Amino acid sequence: MADLSINFAGIKSPNPFWLASGPPSNTGAQVLRAFDMGWGGAVWKTLGDPIVDTSSRFGALEVAGARMVGFNNIELITDRPLETNLREISEVKKRYPDRAVVVSLMVESKEDWREIIRRAEDTGCDGLELNFGCPHGMCERGMGSAVGQEPKALKEIARWAVESASIPVLVKLSPNVTDIVEPGLAAVEAGVHGLSLINTIKSFTGVDLDRFVPYPAVGLRSTNGGYCGPAVKPIALHMVAALAKEPGISVPISGVGGISTWRDAAEFIALGATSVQVCTAVMHHGFRIVEDMIDGLDLYLESKKMSSVNELRGRALSGFVDWGDLDLNYKVVAEVDPGLCIGCDLCYVACRDSAVACIHRAEEDLAAGHRAPTREAAVTAAAAKNAHIVWVDETECIGCNLCHHVCPVHGCITMKDVTGGAPFESWNDRILKGTAKVPGGLHG
Amino acid sequence: MTRSSAPGGERLELRLADHKPLYSEAQARVEAERCLYCHDAPCTVACPTGIDVATFIRKIATGNVRGSARTILTANLMGYSCARVCPVEVLCAGACVYNHLGREPIQIGRLQRYAVETVMDRGGVPSLLPRKPANGRKVACVGAGPASLSCAGYLALEGFACVLYEKRALPGGLNATGVAPYKMHVEGALREVDLIRDLGVTIRSGVEIGREVTGEDLLRDNDGVFLGIGLGSDTRLGAPGEDGPGVAGAVAWIERMKTDSGFTLGEGRRAVVIGGGNTAIDAARELAHLGIREVTMLYRRTAEVMRGYAHEMAQARMEGVRLEERAVVRGFERDGQGRLRGVLLEDGRRLECDLALVAIGQASLREVARQFPGVEVDAEGCIVADPVTGRTGHPRVYAGGDARNGGKEVVNAAQEGKRAARAIAVQCGVSITRGSAIEAGHP
Repeated sequence: MADLSINFAGIKSPNPFWLASGPPSNTGAQVLRAFDMGWGGAVWKTLGDPIVDTSSRFGALEVAGARMVGFNNIELITDRPLETNLREISEVKKRYPDRAVVVSLMVESKEDWREIIRRAEDTGCDGLELNFGCPHGMCERGMGSAVGQEPKALKEIARWAVESASIPVLVKLSPNVTDIVEPGLAAVEAGVHGLSLINTIKSFTGVDLDRFVPYPAVGLRSTNGGYCGPAVKPIALHMVAALAKEPGISVPISGVGGISTWRDAAEFIALGATSVQVCTAVMHHGFRIVEDMIDGLDLYLESKKMSSVNELRGRALSGFVDWGDLDLNYKVVAEVDPGLCIGCDLCYVACRDSAVACIHRAEEDLAAGHRAPTREAAVTAAAAKNAHIVWVDETECIGCNLCHHVCPVHGCITMKDVTGGAPFESWNDRILKGTAKVPGGLHG
Repeated sequence: MTRSSAPGGERLELRLADHKPLYSEAQARVEAERCLYCHDAPCTVACPTGIDVATFIRKIATGNVRGSARTILTANLMGYSCARVCPVEVLCAGACVYNHLGREPIQIGRLQRYAVETVMDRGGVPSLLPRKPANGRKVACVGAGPASLSCAGYLALEGFACVLYEKRALPGGLNATGVAPYKMHVEGALREVDLIRDLGVTIRSGVEIGREVTGEDLLRDNDGVFLGIGLGSDTRLGAPGEDGPGVAGAVAWIERMKTDSGFTLGEGRRAVVIGGGNTAIDAARELAHLGIREVTMLYRRTAEVMRGYAHEMAQARMEGVRLEERAVVRGFERDGQGRLRGVLLEDGRRLECDLALVAIGQASLREVARQFPGVEVDAEGCIVADPVTGRTGHPRVYAGGDARNGGKEVVNAAQEGKRAARAIAVQCGVSITRGSAIEAGHP
């Protein structure tokens, strides 16, 4: 088995899978059950002055029958007495000394931060996570994303925390900013030992069209909630990568946002994350998902001949460049496998209405001088299956990849490399050579 | 407005429950969301009426059930019965691209039923189908089965005054008297008749053309006449011993089983059904469902060449029906009291039975056709008519449904009724506006 253990700024964990601060990490009983099932760590649901929650508090986005593709909440920090939480944290850490127990915190004044950090450390926990991310409720009280969106405030409060703490301090960043690098740098300048991102995104998940209230509805009113779940993964991946690539960011990153599977986790790690945090997927399916996360990551690492998860970290970062550094001579074209094509024609209509109309049905003609290597096979398959089997005019295809994405049959449409030895040349290369100009554009 | 009501009492057909019950909203949504929403979808191509299947299913998925019902009913006013009785296995669902992926095709019939019935239950169909003001034109439809209902319904939407003449007390044609009860009871057929009535169509039941009203009367009083008269009585086998108790024509037997509250199975224990078409399979399955212990189909050739659908035959076998191939009936055996005891086959075999249903075809209603000068009937008994317009040898008389095609599906009758309606409207100089129901679906 590959070594999945990590060391996150001194916080040790047998695997990179942590529960994110949220409903699944609300109580000792929950976190113990999660650790029983194999979770490597947990960020305890944010401690602070206990609050009052609304009902309901969750909204969700369903796409074509897939439930909770996106998820949103207006739940606040813990509603349990501080003493209870602290006692349970201490018990959990004693029972599972090898797991990472990080305590999320959110208070207001400098004195409050000092006090709560002291009491949290007394539990024997491994680290602290400053919640500068919640975009609902707490921010109206000057906390959460109100801090995360204001680098100066973030830096000052983070500095208080670092000065008070004797264990690693992480800052959880809000994505509700123009450029994630700014608050990230502010936190590092304050001396924090790690960054967690992303927190949730301001959102409504829909509107009740009978009562005319946005979701999640609290009676006849609603408020913007924090969006998370699989739908936010692409945003989170980019923000994690943007910080991992930033030379000024010298601390480890805990990736959060839409992670449901080992594959999601591996992607975050490949873009620079050291640990990953999961919440929505657990809310959807329970703690049991960690078994496949561990198993899947282990077998993936084995297949890549990596003995440790640390070898995976950042492996995809060098592939993340500016647009101007992409190879303009790289060329792919779509290829439809006539044997797999079922004749739904979704690619046909997508290409016709949104691309270059280079996908044709079997009975259509090939323009003189154009290439379409699978055309004959498509004609045969169309006759055999009595279906609208399609083929691609490779001369016309721009390699945009739309057909591949709309095709409901995995493996039916592949993108074939036809670069054919053309030399690498980027936009920036052309600028340097003076050959890149937009006719009638900015450069005259 | 008068409503049709089913015969009261304990009709035998009521013992047979719906084998594909109405989907719940949750079931419909899950199935609808599975649909790929194909472009130029093969299911629509396969539908004789050309319902835009992918669109009506997408509308179920988006929660637009009223719009879904409108998409269905504009292309096929018989969408209610077709959802229940269409052989989707060989039509729309048989063409579903999922078959090429080795996955179960979309349950198109059940989704169609969900959309149409949900909207009908809310009484919302008439408001979905706008009617044009009366245009002063009149059309008579002979027979009140699917072909005539479809023809009259589309014409009513275009502003025609339509009257249906039905010789039976019960309107609905084979939908009322012939459809297998596990697909639809008489009540269902009558609901659909009422739907057409709600579009402004008049139905005169118990009126036979040639008796109470003549063809001449209809031609004199109307701008056009549509013959949707279906087929006549069961063809007789002509074998010795056929006359007498225990032997019946399948169509007549099914009609009594469905509509006659005084009809019972008697002491029947063993039944044979003679024939290999869908009526024979229906009758055999119905007998099995009704508790007849041994039901055997006797077909003169082999299963591969049977006219009945393979999927229906497979279902029948699962329900315990046996099929005897190369079984040619030579005669019926009766005891001293004249009771049926068995059938004798050409190859010398003898099968015990106390009930025999003959399902080898139906006669043509030539005498009705004869009421209209110029209307011809071919050697097979089908009214000769233009395949596109349904126009017969008489310039103002049209025909469609079983009477013209010799016996096909409800959906074929619906399309032939619609095509005739288009032709009648054109002949009457009524301009059809784009987007009107009569224009929807296949040409």
